[in-house]
Amino acid sequence: MLSDSILTLTTFVPTAGALVVALLPRRGRVIQWWTLAVALATFILSLHLPFHFDYTRHGFQFEENYAWIASPAIRYHLGVDGLSMWLILLTTFLGPLGVLASWKAIESRTKEFYFFFLLQQTAMIGVFVSLDMFLYYGFWELSLVPMAILIAMFGRNRGPQAAIKFFLYTFLTSALFLVAILWLYSKAGTFDFVELQSRLGDGSLALAPKALCWVSLAFLVAFAVKVPVFPLHGWLADVISEAPTAMAMVVAGKLGLYSILRFNLGLFPAQSREFAPWMIALAVIGLLYGAAVALAQTDMKRLVAYAMLSSLSFCTLGIFCFSVSGLNGAVFQTLNEGLTGSALLILVGILYERYGTTDLTQFGGAAAKLPWMATLFVVTTLSLVGLPILNGFVGEFLVLSGSFPVSPGWVAAATIGVILSAAYMLWMVQRIFYGPQSALVAGKAAGDLNFRELVTLWPMAILMLIMGVASPYWIRAIDGAVSSLANSQVNSVTHTVTNAAIPVAEVKQ
Amino acid sequence: MNGPAQVLRILPEVILTITGVLIMLIEPLLAQKSSRKPLGWLAVLGTLAALAASLWQYQLPPGTAYFGVVQTDAFSVFFHVLLCGIVLASLLAVLGSVPDTTENLGELFALIVFGAIGMLLMTSAVELLLVFIGLEISSISTYIMAGFRKKSAKGPESAIKYFLLGSFATAFFLYGIALLFGATGTTRIGDIAAALSTGQVSGLVYIGLAMILVGISFKVSAAPFHVWTPDVYEGAPSPIVGLMSTAPKAAAFAVLLRIAYGALPLLHAHWIPLLWWLAVISMTVGNLGALRQLNVKRMLAYSSIAHAGYLLVAFTALSVDGIAAASFYAVSYAAMNVGIFAVLSQAGGFEDRLTSIQDYRGLAYRSPLLGGVMAFFLISLIGIPFTGGFFGKFYVFSAALHSGMVWLAIIGLVNSGIAAFYYLRVITAVYSKPAATSPVNEVPPASVPLMLTLFLTVVTTLILGIVPGRVLAAAKAGAQTYASVNGNGTTVASR
Repeated sequence: MLSDSILTLTTFVPTAGALVVALLPRRGRVIQWWTLAVALATFILSLHLPFHFDYTRHGFQFEENYAWIASPAIRYHLGVDGLSMWLILLTTFLGPLGVLASWKAIESRTKEFYFFFLLQQTAMIGVFVSLDMFLYYGFWELSLVPMAILIAMFGRNRGPQAAIKFFLYTFLTSALFLVAILWLYSKAGTFDFVELQSRLGDGSLALAPKALCWVSLAFLVAFAVKVPVFPLHGWLADVISEAPTAMAMVVAGKLGLYSILRFNLGLFPAQSREFAPWMIALAVIGLLYGAAVALAQTDMKRLVAYAMLSSLSFCTLGIFCFSVSGLNGAVFQTLNEGLTGSALLILVGILYERYGTTDLTQFGGAAAKLPWMATLFVVTTLSLVGLPILNGFVGEFLVLSGSFPVSPGWVAAATIGVILSAAYMLWMVQRIFYGPQSALVAGKAAGDLNFRELVTLWPMAILMLIMGVASPYWIRAIDGAVSSLANSQVNSVTHTVTNAAIPVAEVKQ
Repeated sequence: MNGPAQVLRILPEVILTITGVLIMLIEPLLAQKSSRKPLGWLAVLGTLAALAASLWQYQLPPGTAYFGVVQTDAFSVFFHVLLCGIVLASLLAVLGSVPDTTENLGELFALIVFGAIGMLLMTSAVELLLVFIGLEISSISTYIMAGFRKKSAKGPESAIKYFLLGSFATAFFLYGIALLFGATGTTRIGDIAAALSTGQVSGLVYIGLAMILVGISFKVSAAPFHVWTPDVYEGAPSPIVGLMSTAPKAAAFAVLLRIAYGALPLLHAHWIPLLWWLAVISMTVGNLGALRQLNVKRMLAYSSIAHAGYLLVAFTALSVDGIAAASFYAVSYAAMNVGIFAVLSQAGGFEDRLTSIQDYRGLAYRSPLLGGVMAFFLISLIGIPFTGGFFGKFYVFSAALHSGMVWLAIIGLVNSGIAAFYYLRVITAVYSKPAATSPVNEVPPASVPLMLTLFLTVVTTLILGIVPGRVLAAAKAGAQTYASVNGNGTTVASR
């Protein structure tokens, strides 16, 4: 049956495609078309998941569980729940769009680019489907390599430095993460996530609380770097401004946030709650700091990078308030961020292709020349600042409403960030598209979006709208997965999507 | 096993001896101007036969021969196979990169084969004097090989340095054996363990242990006995370095494993702190030293010091885990190191046309295959999952954690994070645009034997990273040889 092997297929079809890329001739656009076909095939395969997903059932579905290495006991264990399913779909959805966005931007050395691009797809999907800590760690680390190599090869001017910075930030912290995994294995004798979770949960694997605290901290730091959470964001702006668009689209956010949700909250609920006040504080600081720095940027890519830091901090905030609606919001916001952030990066990338610069001060009045471009840019901007009926609003609302009862002070500060986001985004739109035409815009004969670019951007814009008006379709799957995280200490709480969240802090009393 | 059948226990050594002697005999008969490469192919054939013989030895019941001085068991056969594999891959790399006109090429092939005999003996000997003889055979061959490029200034320097420090270290090793003999009245590994388990442990044993450790540490280039490494690696031809940096080390580690777990298991508590520090110092000195290097071969020399440190971590673990992890690490390290030096031999040639990291800029533009393979080995050296380098590290550190060495694991893995920096610098250079006048533009297309080396090492590294089950099982089987020694103080050898 397809359902029995769908996860393996979705994960490894890109790898198989990559191997073919290595053999294809460097002639015409053969490699691009092939990669596009592979990415589309992966997306279509992954569509199997939401259509066959059992929304009434909790726990993992489409599981595959085989012994891989006898000793140490490593299993090839895959599975998805409502949390990972949508993230896989986001990844596979962005795949073909990433190819389209690179169509013209990557002219030379296409074979290397698309080979590593497809490998990156496998690594990211692998992170989401792995339920064995060893396997998970494998994909987690693997996801660094193509990313770093592509940033080094295709960076705009300081690629190698940005690549090394990115790699070291992530690799150094995951070294400690590996120690933590190995330590857990030496105590539990298994890498299996499900088994670890149940044994840690029911107390049959009793470990010293202090040791657990260190272990969960090692997990958290490794994931926080990849989100990134303030103050571990040092690599983000460099990477976003150097990386080719298709890589910048996937570098931040979902991998780290998913891992925090799955592993920190899933394995160490008590420790995560201990860290929660700190994480909420860091999230809000990151939110405001990112917004403030974004306001001061004159380079579009750096502005987008700090805007991403700011809106990703929203997700962190939602996670660590431990209320169902906050968690739902955080996951939904992660999807939004993946979608909207990517659209924004593609748009900026197109501007860069047209005008050869991302310096905001050189732009002005481009709307008259690029009407479609301006339209889509504004839609994306409105999604990012959280206009109702678009997707961003749902996420922000859920996060804010879910976290407010937990720590009203910090959340009140966070709302300032929402206002600031409107300020820097709209100001950017104004500086690029309105006002008097600048010398650059007037001087260059740049055409509006062509067919390929419209095909890339319209699906994203439409999805923003659908996710804004039909959010329950997504939330019902997410809800099933995250409710167990919110309730892992208080099992009696029941809820639905619509009723107001019950913050754990209140229930405990 | 008695009588003439005993020869089966040393069959690979015998085959290699015949091969080496044949090469020496045929070499003078060849015309002055004719190519010596056929001799290399003869060596390849001999090594293949030795490899087959080693694999065949797996079927022999474990036991000793020749008055109990050599022992074939799962442990020695594991290392035999590994060593034959390294020699095979290195011979192909030499054949693929050496110019036909090189002087004394025939002798080089003979030396490689003779060195291999010494190393094989080291791993199967259970009599310390025979270990010493094997060590000398292999060391003397490597001293000469290190100075093989007589005409370049660095060649003789490299050989002399290696020889002086090396003979000093061998003397330490011999002195250690003498002291152990003084304390226990025997030089047989099994008997030493038995003697120590009954009587009072004399102070001489500790001094002997320390001396042996110094001798071995030199051979495996563990800090602080590592100073010769960068100079020797820089001066010797790349394919030879690939051999030198892996095979003698693997053999020396096998000896250390035998002595530590076979002869001195009861002194476990005493040698663990020594090896703990040796491991930490090696990892740290190696990685920090490598950070400052601009020459690729010197960088890899420091990296090999660090890798010796990672391997030493395994010694702090409990017996079965530790031996298995160390054996596995030796295999994975050998595969990636022989591989990357094969890439260097192809890119830089026998004469090292490319030396600094800058020279390697754009290798992937000039030759996507060579650049890609080089990046692959560097990624494996960093320890990225799904490569042998990762699984080796993973296994070593999980063994250490299993015996409670949390700090050692933290220090080790943070070290591997630091190491990522200097490997990455090379990867990014390989994938940057080359300068118009860069020597990288003259890299010739890879020859068939070299492609074979690359294929062998890449496939091995991938197998070790993705489906390591069988190699792990073999390493474990080797480790089991000593499990019973630890249990009751007598050897498993069937006399």
